[in-house]
Amino acid sequence: MVDVRHVSPKGGDTLVMVGTMKGAFLFRADASRARWQRGGPYFPGQAVYAMAYDGRAGRRRLWAGSENFHFGPVLRSSDDFGKTWSKEEDGAIRFPEDTAATMKRVWQIAPARADEPEVLYAGVEPAALFESRDGGKKWSLVRGLWDHPHRPQWQPGGGGMCLHTVLLDPTRRDRIHVAVSTAGVYRTDDGGRTWRTAHRGVRAQFLPNKYPEFGQCVHKIARHPSRPDRIYLQNHWGLYRTDDAGESWKDVANGVPSDFGFAMAVHPHDPDTAYIVPLESDEFRCTPEGRLRVYRTRDAGKSWQPMTRGLPQKDAMETVLRDALATDGYEKAGVYFGTRSGKLFASRDGGTSWTHLADGLPPVVCVKTATVAKGRGKA
Amino acid sequence: MKVTFRIPGPLLSFTGGRHVVEAEASASDAAAFTVQAALEQLWRLYPGLRERVLTEQGQVRPHVNVFVGADSIRDTGGLATPVRDHAEIAIIPAVSGGSSCAQESALPM
Repeated sequence: MVDVRHVSPKGGDTLVMVGTMKGAFLFRADASRARWQRGGPYFPGQAVYAMAYDGRAGRRRLWAGSENFHFGPVLRSSDDFGKTWSKEEDGAIRFPEDTAATMKRVWQIAPARADEPEVLYAGVEPAALFESRDGGKKWSLVRGLWDHPHRPQWQPGGGGMCLHTVLLDPTRRDRIHVAVSTAGVYRTDDGGRTWRTAHRGVRAQFLPNKYPEFGQCVHKIARHPSRPDRIYLQNHWGLYRTDDAGESWKDVANGVPSDFGFAMAVHPHDPDTAYIVPLESDEFRCTPEGRLRVYRTRDAGKSWQPMTRGLPQKDAMETVLRDALATDGYEKAGVYFGTRSGKLFASRDGGTSWTHLADGLPPVVCVKTATVAKGRGKA
Repeated sequence: MKVTFRIPGPLLSFTGGRHVVEAEASASDAAAFTVQAALEQLWRLYPGLRERVLTEQGQVRPHVNVFVGADSIRDTGGLATPVRDHAEIAIIPAVSGGSSCAQESALPM
């Protein structure tokens, strides 16, 4: 029997949610983030590519996309930090019959803005966006994107035909960016009814036409909360920044050992600071030179510096996947990432130095953070 | 028509822990009674099971096998396979898994 451990977070605690190819884990610490406890595995044996924390409207709710290899994906939630989860039979997320599509995987769960606490989005495979307007009980396909004339021509990347990132604009209620591999960045300004591409200037090195209308293999996009028109982008080759919500992108691969990689995160308070973990190439998707380095920019991509303190710098052939790097909300930001080899690292000084939080986990595919609200949680 | 279903371990949470489920259906035409019709009786008892065994488009999931007696319905006509009175229908996870290659090469029903 799998020995499942539990954690009991209190108000003000930091949570790191870790999804792996064979279950999910929770790490908790107080605000000092010095000592960590581990909970899990939840859904042992099942892949968990998406996790989220919903702290809106007094909730303390965890979300996970659990995926039984044989019996398919479902969405699960927990209001007691993983001790119990919603029933599998209540978690179906399904394509309508007329689409003839079958849900393969939930890649992203995104609670919407604080003033619309019943709204959540989910990015899935095959690439589509789903929306819930009742707190996650019922989900419906966002037709505007599904019916986009480009969609039938989208091609799957190595990870599958996935809509892997959903970015809600904190200031413009109707604006959402999504990233699809291999299609690019699409943006709606009317709450999902119509969508257009938002990746002009992003190069598709792997196509004869380097600047196609669509077909960019965007691995990750990360938006800054206080400057929502600024988004960073890690492409399948290429590192970019936009300051106009995706109207135009600027190459910011300055001083990195490779502009190939998957993961990307922004600092919670400084829009000039972002994090990536470069990989050698699409042929050898491992950290270059056997050194595990997080690269940090503090000048919006004009330069990037390697962060190595506490990270293995010899024989470290590691891979950090697209959703496996995250920051927390503290002034002195915590930065966290997990590797395909099952290691979890944490920094509580904005990425300057790192500690080893866990080893021997299943391959990490998702790392998310939350600060538990003070006061009593509402079930 | 009486049918006995065998439920695999990962789905016992749907059946209250029952490995064996018996269902009875009134079939006006016993000769036309199929796996599909038999499964409808199972879904009636445990509605959540349907979407774990079938996709939302009503096909058996690629890594799930359904046997009538000793025969996989993949070889006998899929969901249209005829079912006799007192048949035993087993739902069994396929011995595939782990590798994305297996996932790609699996043939849909």
